[in-house]
Amino acid sequence: MAYWQNVWDRWQFLWDDRGDGVTYFQWMLSAWGYTVAVAATSLVIALVFGIVIGTLRTLSGHRVISAFAAGWVELFRNIPILVQLFIWFFVISELVPGMRSVPGFVLACCALGFFTSARIAEQIRAGIQALPTGQRNAAYAVGFTQFQTYRYVILPQTFRIIIPPLTSEAMNIVKNSSVAFAVSIPELISFAMQTQEETSRGVEVYLAATVLYAVTALVVNRVMAFMERRMRIPGLTVQTQGAH
Amino acid sequence: MATLDFSFYTWANISNYLLSGLYFSVSLTIAATIGGIALGTVIALMRLSNVKLLEYIATWYVNVFRSVPLVMVILWFFLLVPSGFYDLFPGGSGQKYRAEICALITFIVFEAAFFSEIVRAGIQSLPRGQTNAGQALGMTYAQNMRYIILPQAIRNMLPVFLTQTIVLFQDTSLVYAIGAYDILKGFEIMGNTFGRRIETYLLAAVVYFVISFFLSMLVKKLNQKIRIVR
Repeated sequence: MAYWQNVWDRWQFLWDDRGDGVTYFQWMLSAWGYTVAVAATSLVIALVFGIVIGTLRTLSGHRVISAFAAGWVELFRNIPILVQLFIWFFVISELVPGMRSVPGFVLACCALGFFTSARIAEQIRAGIQALPTGQRNAAYAVGFTQFQTYRYVILPQTFRIIIPPLTSEAMNIVKNSSVAFAVSIPELISFAMQTQEETSRGVEVYLAATVLYAVTALVVNRVMAFMERRMRIPGLTVQTQGAH
Repeated sequence: MATLDFSFYTWANISNYLLSGLYFSVSLTIAATIGGIALGTVIALMRLSNVKLLEYIATWYVNVFRSVPLVMVILWFFLLVPSGFYDLFPGGSGQKYRAEICALITFIVFEAAFFSEIVRAGIQSLPRGQTNAGQALGMTYAQNMRYIILPQAIRNMLPVFLTQTIVLFQDTSLVYAIGAYDILKGFEIMGNTFGRRIETYLLAAVVYFVISFFLSMLVKKLNQKIRIVR
C-alpha cells in the first residue's frame, strides 16, 4: 500500500504551478498540441511538394525537370533533419531577405515538411512505377495528353496504392517532430526536458511524454488503416525501404 | 545581408574542432550497425520462433521502439543508465565520456528493433523448402540457421542493411539532445567560437550530404550487382 501511495505522490507534481499560473499538466497538453500541430502542418507541406516532385520525376522526355526532381530528393534525403532545421533557422532566415520575421513554428514546419517531401516523392514515384504500363498506354491510345493521363489515369490509382507507405511516413513525421526541441519549439520533448530539470521527476515526465507519442502514433495508424481498407486496389502494392 | 567568410576553416581549426567529432559520428555509426545487426538478428529469431513467450517479447520490443522518437529513447537511456555503470570504464574515462557511451548503448538497442524487421523480412523471403531441406538432412535448428538460412538471407538483406546504415548515420546527429561530441556538435562549437554560425551549419550540411550521398550511390551499385546474381 505504502508503495502505491508513494507512486501516486510522485505524480502530484503535474498539478503544481510552474511559476506563471500554468500547471505542468496544462503545459504538457499544450506541448502535445504543438507536437500534433507541427506534425500536421509539416505533413501538408510534405504531401504537396512530395506529390509534385514525385510526379515530375517520372515524366519522360523532360530531362531538365526530372533531373531537378531527382536533385530535390537527393538534397533533402541526405542531410539529417536536425541539420536541415538549423539551416532554416540560422542560415536561410539570415541570408534570405524578409525571412527574419517568419515565426519559428513556420520555419520548423518548413524544415520537417521539405525533409519528408523527399521521402514521399520517392513513394509517389514507386507507386507510379508499380502501375502496369498498359494503364499509360491505354490512356495514350484513347488520345489523352500526358497531363490528362496523369490527372485521370495514373495519379488516382497511385494515391490509392501508396497509402500503406504513407502511413509509416505519417507516423515518422510525428516522431521526427521531436527534433523541434532543438530550436525551442515548446513541444513534448522540450516540455519533458525542462520539466525534468525543474521537478527532477524524470521517469514520470518521460513516461508521460512517451505514452503521448505512442498514443499519437496509434491514432495515426488506425486512421490510415481505415482509409486503406476503403481505398485499396486488390492485387496492387508498392514496397519502399529505410525508415527513421 | 550577411557576407559569407570561410577563412576560419584552417587545418588547425578543423583538426581542433571537427576531427574528433567526425571520428565519433563515424565510429558510432559502425558500432551501432554491427551491434544492431547482432542484437536485431537475435530478436528476429525470437520473433520467428515457436516459443510463444519469446515471440511475444520480441514483438513488444520492436513495436515499442518503433513508436517512440529516437530523441525520447536517447533521453530515457541518459536518465536510466545508472551512474555506477560509467565507473566500470578504466581511469575515469566513463564519467568523462558519459554522453558518448550512453549514445552507443542507445543506438544499438534502438536500431536493433529496425534491423530485426529487416532480418525477419529477409528470412521470410526465403522459400519454406530451404528450412525443410535442412531439417530433412538432420540438421539442428542452429545448424540450419547457420549454414542454410542466414547466409542466404544476409546476402538478400545487404542493400537494405546499408540503406538503414545511411539513415543511422544521419540519426547520430540526434545525440545533440544529450550533448555528446559528434560532428554536428563540433561545427556548433566552432560556429559559436568564431561567431560564424551560418558558415559552420552550411558546411555541416555539406559534410553529411557528401557522406550519405556517397553511401547511397554505393547501395545503388550493390543493388545492380545483386540483381545479376539472382
